[in-house]
Amino acid sequence: MIHSLFLVNASGDIFLEKHWKSVVSRSVCDYFFEALERATEPENVPPVIPTPHHYLINVLRHRIYFVAVIQSEVPPLFVIEFLHRVVDTFQDYFGVCTEAAIKDNVVVVYELLEEMLDNGFPLATESNILKELIKPPTILRTVVNTITGSTNVGEQLPTGQLSVVPWRRTGVKYTNNEAYFDVIEEIDAIIDKSGSTITAEIQGVIDACVKLTGMPDLTLSFMNPRLLDDVSFHPCVRFKRWEAERILSFIPPDGNFRLLSYHVSSQNLVAIPVYVKHNISFREGSSQGRFELTLGPKQTMGKAVESVLVSSQLPRGVLNANLNPSQGTYTFDPVTKLLSWDVGKINPQKLPSLKGSMSLQAGASKPDENPTINIQFKIQQLAISGLKVNRLDMYGEKYKPFKGIKYMTKAGKFQVRT
Amino acid sequence: MRAPPALSASAPRNGSRDSVSGALRRSASSSSSTAAAAAEMSASSAFIDEKGGSASEPEYGHDPASGGIFSTDYKRHDDLKEMLDSNKDSLKLEAMKRIVAMIARGKNASDLFPAVVKNVACKNIEVKKLVYVYLVRYAEEQQDLALLSISTFQRGLKDPNQLIRASALRVLSSIRVTIIVPIMMLAIKEAASDMSPYVRKTAAHAIPKLHSLDPEQKDQLIEVIEKLLADKTTLVAGSVVMAFEEVCPDRIDLIHKNYRKLCNLLIDVEEWGQVVIINMLTRYARTQFLNPNINESLLEESSEKAFYASDDEEDEDKKAEAATLAKRKPYVMDPDHRLLLRNTKPLLQSRNAAVVMAVAQLYFHLAPKAEVGIIAKALVRLMRSHSEVQYVVLQNVATMTIKRRGMFEPYLKSFYIRSTDPTQIKILKLEVLTNLANETNISTILREFQTYIKSMDKDFVAASIQAIGRCATNIGEVRDTCLNGLVQLLSNRDELVVAESVVVIKKLLQMQPEQHSDIIKHMAKLIDNIQVPMARASILWLIGEYCEHVPKIAPDVLRNMAKTFTNEEDIVKLQIINLAAKLYLTNSKQTKLLTQYVLNLAKYDQNYDIRDRARFIRQLIVPTDKSGALSKYAKKLFLALKPAPVLQSTFKDRDHFQLGSLSHLLNAKAAGYQELPDWPESVPDPSVRNVEVIRLLERVTTLTSIPDWSKCTSRKDRKEKKTEKPFYSDSEGESGPTESADSESDSGSGSESASASDESGSGSESEESREETESEDEEEDEEKEKKRKKRLDKTKAKKPAEESAESEQSSGTEDRKRGRKAVKNQKSASESESESESSESEDESEEESEEESESDTDIRKKKTPISKQPPKQSKKESKKERQEMSLLDLDDFEPAPASAPVTPVNFLSSSLVSDLEGLSLTNNILAPTTIAPSGSIKMYELLHRITGEGLAVEYCFSRQPFSPDPNMVAVQIQFTNNTNSETKNLHIEEPRLQSGMRIREFTEIDVLAAGESVTVVMGIDFCDSTQAANFQLCTHTRKFFVSIQPPVGELMTPVFLTENDFKKEQGKLMGMNEISEKLMLGEKCVNEHVIVERVTATANLSRVPCGSEKECRFAGKTVSSGCLVLVTVPTKEGGAAQLTVNCEKMLIGTLLVKDIMQALSQ
Repeated sequence: MIHSLFLVNASGDIFLEKHWKSVVSRSVCDYFFEALERATEPENVPPVIPTPHHYLINVLRHRIYFVAVIQSEVPPLFVIEFLHRVVDTFQDYFGVCTEAAIKDNVVVVYELLEEMLDNGFPLATESNILKELIKPPTILRTVVNTITGSTNVGEQLPTGQLSVVPWRRTGVKYTNNEAYFDVIEEIDAIIDKSGSTITAEIQGVIDACVKLTGMPDLTLSFMNPRLLDDVSFHPCVRFKRWEAERILSFIPPDGNFRLLSYHVSSQNLVAIPVYVKHNISFREGSSQGRFELTLGPKQTMGKAVESVLVSSQLPRGVLNANLNPSQGTYTFDPVTKLLSWDVGKINPQKLPSLKGSMSLQAGASKPDENPTINIQFKIQQLAISGLKVNRLDMYGEKYKPFKGIKYMTKAGKFQVRT
Repeated sequence: MRAPPALSASAPRNGSRDSVSGALRRSASSSSSTAAAAAEMSASSAFIDEKGGSASEPEYGHDPASGGIFSTDYKRHDDLKEMLDSNKDSLKLEAMKRIVAMIARGKNASDLFPAVVKNVACKNIEVKKLVYVYLVRYAEEQQDLALLSISTFQRGLKDPNQLIRASALRVLSSIRVTIIVPIMMLAIKEAASDMSPYVRKTAAHAIPKLHSLDPEQKDQLIEVIEKLLADKTTLVAGSVVMAFEEVCPDRIDLIHKNYRKLCNLLIDVEEWGQVVIINMLTRYARTQFLNPNINESLLEESSEKAFYASDDEEDEDKKAEAATLAKRKPYVMDPDHRLLLRNTKPLLQSRNAAVVMAVAQLYFHLAPKAEVGIIAKALVRLMRSHSEVQYVVLQNVATMTIKRRGMFEPYLKSFYIRSTDPTQIKILKLEVLTNLANETNISTILREFQTYIKSMDKDFVAASIQAIGRCATNIGEVRDTCLNGLVQLLSNRDELVVAESVVVIKKLLQMQPEQHSDIIKHMAKLIDNIQVPMARASILWLIGEYCEHVPKIAPDVLRNMAKTFTNEEDIVKLQIINLAAKLYLTNSKQTKLLTQYVLNLAKYDQNYDIRDRARFIRQLIVPTDKSGALSKYAKKLFLALKPAPVLQSTFKDRDHFQLGSLSHLLNAKAAGYQELPDWPESVPDPSVRNVEVIRLLERVTTLTSIPDWSKCTSRKDRKEKKTEKPFYSDSEGESGPTESADSESDSGSGSESASASDESGSGSESEESREETESEDEEEDEEKEKKRKKRLDKTKAKKPAEESAESEQSSGTEDRKRGRKAVKNQKSASESESESESSESEDESEEESEEESESDTDIRKKKTPISKQPPKQSKKESKKERQEMSLLDLDDFEPAPASAPVTPVNFLSSSLVSDLEGLSLTNNILAPTTIAPSGSIKMYELLHRITGEGLAVEYCFSRQPFSPDPNMVAVQIQFTNNTNSETKNLHIEEPRLQSGMRIREFTEIDVLAAGESVTVVMGIDFCDSTQAANFQLCTHTRKFFVSIQPPVGELMTPVFLTENDFKKEQGKLMGMNEISEKLMLGEKCVNEHVIVERVTATANLSRVPCGSEKECRFAGKTVSSGCLVLVTVPTKEGGAAQLTVNCEKMLIGTLLVKDIMQALSQ
């Protein structure tokens, strides 16, 4: 399966290599660098690159290319998904997954990679098991280790590995037993020029942070489970219960995990919480363009729209923008032509606006394409689909846990065409 | 390791460290530790120099590669070496960390090999792990030195800790050294039958490693794979299928027996294993089942064709045809095929994209058309994932949309393109959108395309225009609209857009040029404005090709082009020449001079291509004296009808590759790709998957059919055998797929009794046959029992020990007890049954050729007492049946009902002895109450249910030989779950044992449902001491410290001796080895029988025949060391007795005397 792994940074240097079978020379990456040069944007490197003897499968995360070397037929998604899992694990261990973090923790990285793959086949990818095998570095532990000479490596076979609940270790103990669930919904939408919705969907996830003693068995039920159209579960969720009763029944992993991701059925009309009034125009012959943008709340169920961030890729002909925001701050990068406006909170009484002029290259014809406006926002305490958690019950343990549910709506890929 | 003399002095080393290893030291944790390291080093270097000579010198001096260039590296590595040689773990660890950091950066660290490999046996687990990392990386380069580490792993392979066993095997198999292939092979084989599933999993992982190292081991490895495929744990399943795919993917026959099991385990296998299993099962199903769309495929084709033709008549015709076809061949899906589809479906909900994709491709390739639709939703969901995932999914969706457009039509909008998508994703989405376009949605799609054309991403715009072109060719209705749209694009300010549009329009016009002369005219006008060479060339080609449709404009265009000829790009020039030639041929009057002019210009062009072309065309079209035969055909050459280009998806016909595979993605066969086989024409034999039933039948044939058909001489015997059947008749039927070998004779016996006919109606055939075997087993047992009895009778010297062991172990044993109880109630001994019994015994004895004649006669003598036994079977059946159901139920792999009766298995052994006693030594039949000392097996408490938080654990010594290790005492442990929830993962951890003691753990109990109980057997080697064995009993939540302390009597196992042998052995064990005590027998010890019972209950001994009625003798040997234990109890008048124990182990003797005394005096 996976023969070797090379980590390549943004400037095209290989800064880590790991081989699971016989050693593959790093010159194999030349094919990757060729592809990298050809690609106009970093994300346009083809994920799968065939070379005469190998296949290179790469993913780009945090400006690092993870290039896996494959020698024979394997489902490409298998490798891609695994590489993403590696990145997630690094992030989990080091807080960030940057070149510096990986270099600083190279031994832990190596130990992790050693455990995650055996002969190129995934062995332990569950973060719970890994954390029992190799303890994540913390400042305290580093200090203790240097003094006592003890190690980061667990000495026991993780109990989870052999059990039917590989995602949870045994002997979990907390003084405060708490379980938090965040229902986070994202709106993906494309709004056309006239303000009508071309496509809008709601994708949601339930992220959980469960810190419970022992082996609790939780059930989570919804007021309106019919809203959920397509779901994917963490392996802990009992599929049969969901099929039969639309109840999430599970023994949770310890700590943070994504319990569920879902898609709200497309029959339901999606409420669009913000509207945009825009007037971006370029006059023929003059080197000036007008730029006007006004944001307003639309269907927000009375909740405030916060953390609004507007960004737009202006046409290449635009040299500079001289704009005046009614609130927040804006930046325009003359090189990348990226305009971004940090709006903050939308005040319904006084709508935020960004007005001004753009200067164009003198003598150039007016750009005929109009920029797309990408909007990000957050609405606290609201699940825009109307999904509501009914109750959370715990079985199998005797204590009373503290339970908390939080709702949030965010913009996903929310675009307004102009 | 001795350092090279020049470097061993500390001063230059420190100097080099300062200068060279600055970078390395940055990674060293703190300055203080470095200082410590330096201090340590100077100390250790002295130490090293002292013992120097024995260690071998590393050979870097002779290595040409590292000769001069890397000489500084030695010095740098030198301090690492010293750190490795030190005896402080922290220094070793620091050195290993730095070495691993070097490996990670791709730096060569191979010259450290000798220094590192020494630490392979280091106690510190992290050092050990890092050494493994190093070893695996460099062992291939330094094979000889790597061999030094092998013995460590071989030791590790025998470690009681499964983690160590597994990791030893893992590293051993990762070391790519050819010499150790036999060792690896042996290790894999051993690990494949390890008790721990984790070790077995590691064994499965090791198989492909060994195979890639030495492909000649393939045959042996396949055997191991076959064995592991039969494994029932989810942990192993994924890994072994992986090995199967790498080593022998063509041995599909190995899957048959495991197919259903794999299907059922699938949902619980870890996600990576799921992907591999699903892909393999897709291939399997393609070879074993019929095409579920065998009828629809015809239907589909016809309707699809009719789709665009909109020829209703034809459509109906074909549909009717297909319908009749469907009627002719009704398709019924194989239940196994259905099982696969049903069990994979939930995995569409997996969070792992690879699993979802694997299920999607399985459905695409295997499911009936009507069911494929369910995968669309899941695939659309994956589009929310990372862009690499999107890329792969879209590639596959693109292929699917060509075959099954309807599936994704509801999700059309999910493929709309956002400006933030990477270009490669945009282009794939366009592909999908184009594939999805049809009459109903084309207008929305085109509107969407229009916005794409305005995008800033020019590659994407070009692709969009091509997509419009494809929509126009595919859908007749919108061709004009598209064409108009494209023509409008011709006035676009962006040249690229215009150029691409011209190219696409050119292609479109080729389809129906007659109707579009105005467009050609329009384009002719555009030529003044368009600067993109490709577009100008395309327009010129169009005008030339269709000059007949624009007779007036064409010469004018040529005139204009002639003016600018010298300034044009090369491809435009070529097309100008081309246009001139065509016009010359069609309209020579007007264009003769122009053509001459253009050709003359071209003659002196800088580009030789153009000069060549001009010369060639001149020769061809301008008639001269020398012009050859070709000029006659000039018109045909230039104005031939060109076929319209076909605009089709690049994804067409990609589905002959298995979707989701690398080969599919690259549209080229990747190394190691396994072709997806075509559906078979006719159904392959489905019974190959009936694994357990087949084995069952084999058993029936060996045990039943011989007596039935070849040995049984009288018809009567056969009938009588049948009369036993009603005992099983109230089984709940479960239809097995195959018929048993017995079924035929069954119908014959139907009239024998009412219940028999009942059974033939309700019971399943295969089950019956199982029952039959079971009863057979029992009879076998009885058989042996009788034999033993007989032997005892005759006091022969033969040792039936193994046989008794066999009989005690056999499956019927447990039920026997209940059966025996039944004897008390049911005194329905019938002559016929006893006869059947004897017939059985005949067969039996024929099989076991030994002593057959004797046994025959003997049994006939003893007929009366024995004849009581057969009816016992009637009582046990209901319970037993339930147990067996679960064995038979192929689809059900949940643990057998934990409520299974928890009777001490050993009942037989003790009661048997006393039973035999009664039969052989005294002629009167003893009352059953005295025979069955129901309390003879004492249950001990291991864990009270209160301390165990609801989990109660009891144990007893089953007195059965522990088959995996004859030196161990079998301890039967019964778990009862008194809580309301499941208890999981019951297993043993951290045994804390006295030296020499060993434990063989029971296999882990995965789940113990609420209120259920389950019994397992473990083995403990107590080393003939009464010390307790301490260990932890772990559940998924808790650990409990428990200990098992054996009574001395359980440390022995019966030995059968003759009177003479007994005397002889006793004679050897005199003096210190003999312990004698006088005692008064208890009130209840009235007769000899009670004494025997008491003694055998106290100690696991067997009675030795004795001539005198006043004396009881017992013999046994200790389990662990096999020392004889002889017990003699001569009784005197008035309850007085003397107890003598002869045993080499005095301690055991003393303890035994105490115990037996207590037992007898009560």
